[in-house]
Amino acid sequence: MIYDMKPEHIIGEYQEVTLDLYGGIRRLILYTQIETPYPDGKLIVSTTDTSGVITHLNKSFVEMSGYTEEELLNAPHSILRHPDMPPVAFKDLWDTVSRGEKWQGYVKNLRKDGGYYWVKATVIPNVRNGKVVGYTSVRRKPSRTKVEECSKLYPTLF
Amino acid sequence: MPYILTVSPDFSPDHISGWYIFNTWLQKQIGEAIHLELYNSFQAQHEAIHLDKIDLIYANPFDAAMLVREKGFLPLVKAQGMSDEAIIAVNEASAIRDVTELSPGSRVAVTEDPDVRLMGMIMLEPADLTVDNVQIKVCDSYVLVAKQLLRGDADVGIFLAEAYDDLSNIIKKQLKILVQSQIGVIQHALLVGPRLAHRRDELRDTLLAMNVDEKGRDVLKNLSFDVWASIEDEDMEFMIDLMDTLNT
Repeated sequence: MIYDMKPEHIIGEYQEVTLDLYGGIRRLILYTQIETPYPDGKLIVSTTDTSGVITHLNKSFVEMSGYTEEELLNAPHSILRHPDMPPVAFKDLWDTVSRGEKWQGYVKNLRKDGGYYWVKATVIPNVRNGKVVGYTSVRRKPSRTKVEECSKLYPTLF
Repeated sequence: MPYILTVSPDFSPDHISGWYIFNTWLQKQIGEAIHLELYNSFQAQHEAIHLDKIDLIYANPFDAAMLVREKGFLPLVKAQGMSDEAIIAVNEASAIRDVTELSPGSRVAVTEDPDVRLMGMIMLEPADLTVDNVQIKVCDSYVLVAKQLLRGDADVGIFLAEAYDDLSNIIKKQLKILVQSQIGVIQHALLVGPRLAHRRDELRDTLLAMNVDEKGRDVLKNLSFDVWASIEDEDMEFMIDLMDTLNT
């Protein structure tokens, strides 16, 4: 499940926006300008089913997102969707993996506390007996150069 | 003709005798002749794999993906509680204090160990370093990677964490760790090949019960872990998917 964000969870001054997420979900987003740096040497790993619902995750995912494991399991991956990310980026992701191909890109993710963190994300379809049964996503520390490029590019893609 | 057991060439030299003892133990347990063939290089081992000479292999995760997908190998067990991690280090006297201070053109000392090199290059990405814009210096061992750093012939070295820990204190004092991976889910796996696959269940049961008797525990001690853990087919598929995502 995915819920509207709550002011009591937010750290710092925040802005509000309502986002239309994949699957007809509308979510109230409260977001700040506070960045959590991606830690050195760690990978965030998760798997989803074919509709993007989280089925497996590792400890780094919990640490960086600010959610508990219970809150993340069975939630749509769009729980991380930040309003600064252009919808066209996620359309490209879904179009690519639906074709059975690997997708890679730089993503600004939303934390439970309203802050954000940048990742270099790779998503691949999990093919079992010739059929896509889900997706694996691995996020790693991005280069600052790429983050700066994307920070300038993404606002132009809305 | 005996079956052939081999071990990924990145194993610690301290464990050579351990693998011979393990092989003797395994032959007695399953009543089959098995020859332990240790290759000096990844290239030599890969040639043996491509010629279908191998029946049992303690494979690094990078090769495990190829063995399962292309050669029909099946997973058996992994060392419980162990994972492959990489370390990025520089000479202690280096002005570099953080990976992001490295620049394109840096000389990077590595071994042929494919998964460690992969993890290491991922940790260099935050500095915009890729295999295309650094100078890769391939060494035959992690001791030689360290020597490249000590002599100033390389700016940065990528180590298997276990191998770094095994370096002498004198060497380690002259090096500085910039970053150590904390991935936790990448590890070696013992796989069985097609010729011996009909005994997979028996092999797995035998290995999982290895820590039950004293002799088995002693054999494991020589390999520096306590017990094997089973790898289900889906666990293996997950690991392969993970390696696929990283290998870009």
